[in-house]
Amino acid sequence: MKVDLKQVEEAAKQLYIRAVKLLPPDIKQGFAGLDATERDPTAKRILGTMIANIKVAEETDNLLCQDTGIPIYNVVIGRGVEVDGAGLKAAIREGCARATREHPLRSSVVHPVTRKNEHSSCGRSVPVINFDFSDEAESLSIEMVPKGSGSENNSWLRMAIPAEGVDAIKSFVVDCVLAAGGKTCPPTIVGVGVGGTADLCVHLAKVAATRPLGTRCGDPEGAALEQALGQAVNRLGVGPQGLGGDSTAFAVHVETAATHITMNPVAVNMQCHSARRARATFSPQGIEFGY
Amino acid sequence: MAHYDFTMPISEAQVRALRVNDTVTLNGTLYGIRDATQIHMFDRGRKTRFDLNGHAVIHTAPNVKKIEKSPAHPTGYAPVCIGTTTSDRMERFTRPLMEQYGVRLIIGKGGLREDSLSAFHALGGAYLAIIGGTAALETTWIEAIEDVDLDDLNPESLWKFRVRGFGPLLVAMDSQRASLYDIVNDAARGRRAAALAALGVKD
Repeated sequence: MKVDLKQVEEAAKQLYIRAVKLLPPDIKQGFAGLDATERDPTAKRILGTMIANIKVAEETDNLLCQDTGIPIYNVVIGRGVEVDGAGLKAAIREGCARATREHPLRSSVVHPVTRKNEHSSCGRSVPVINFDFSDEAESLSIEMVPKGSGSENNSWLRMAIPAEGVDAIKSFVVDCVLAAGGKTCPPTIVGVGVGGTADLCVHLAKVAATRPLGTRCGDPEGAALEQALGQAVNRLGVGPQGLGGDSTAFAVHVETAATHITMNPVAVNMQCHSARRARATFSPQGIEFGY
Repeated sequence: MAHYDFTMPISEAQVRALRVNDTVTLNGTLYGIRDATQIHMFDRGRKTRFDLNGHAVIHTAPNVKKIEKSPAHPTGYAPVCIGTTTSDRMERFTRPLMEQYGVRLIIGKGGLREDSLSAFHALGGAYLAIIGGTAALETTWIEAIEDVDLDDLNPESLWKFRVRGFGPLLVAMDSQRASLYDIVNDAARGRRAAALAALGVKD
């Protein structure tokens, strides 16, 4: 399968616009689940407003949240896909800039020192573009995640040591949720990276935070951790928007990687309740948009 | 738990009557302000030509569309999507906003800290919680972008919105030094030990 870069550019544009307007079905189900079990009246009202907002965004063809985020594109290339890699990156970047100019969307991206905004959602190394490869034949998937800053500003890495054991991981996650309070726009998906190097650990936390609700960690040890931590953080009573209640997190997601004999790293990255993602899958049959 | 409908601006007595858990709906003028706006106003000596006395500011940087100027869109900007942002980053600007400009109400998400509570107490102010991430809904409460200042900072300009039925917003910090965030945070920290025990952590 040969990939047409013009189509990639157009898809990269459409993906950004779709992502900021349409919440994935798994997140909507997550809201329904929290709403059914929430006991605090203020929290219940807040969840009701969040659910109403999803509908208003769809009906008015508007953005769910004003924060257009830092654009992230996750590309997975299958077997037998013929594509010019450098051209693919350029096409995604141009699609991102076009979405910003043509919709228009607020460009939330500035130079880190001068704070200059190019009004294109692009800058040095932004959009973030991650590449991976899969076994799937003749398939190229592009996932777009507009990562909001309220949740991203609450990101943590702790290089714990082996003598602290798994207790260090558990208490760190609980303490991060307490430190975040309402600043991350709860209910959140709490993404936890366990192991790896410092940078891989933080990346795993981001992968975990942006994974669809209902999915489990592929490592059984990670899956057990996410179950236990999910129950624990929802005992804290932080609640929607940090104003109290049972619904602090939709879930805790964990991703693991092997680490060094001397290391025990743990990272936390959160996704806010506007847990937006969109996906385009290229195959010989054409392009399919989903989540 | 009273509800108040305010047509802005309001008096010190009106804001001092507010208590946490009350609700407020705003009508008339609402100003939009953000990190860069306040960095320029309070760290770099810039001034706004707007009179913020008695008014409310919302921590925001909206999505807007450039269009032809018209009576409906006097600035040449149409609102696309207007919501809020995390207030905590702008904590140190609460006091100068109130002292130098007479701002009475701050609207945002996630809450502010101790110095803001002190400023609300000393000068007569309150913090109103709007729900973060529900901007599509909040945009329907905005009638127009009436004016804009410091627009070289776009999207972090100082925006003057005309709003109708903007709310209900929850009074989350009041002039009596009460903060719902403090109450919830203290209670959550009190549950830390039980949460860790449930995880089998020896602390």
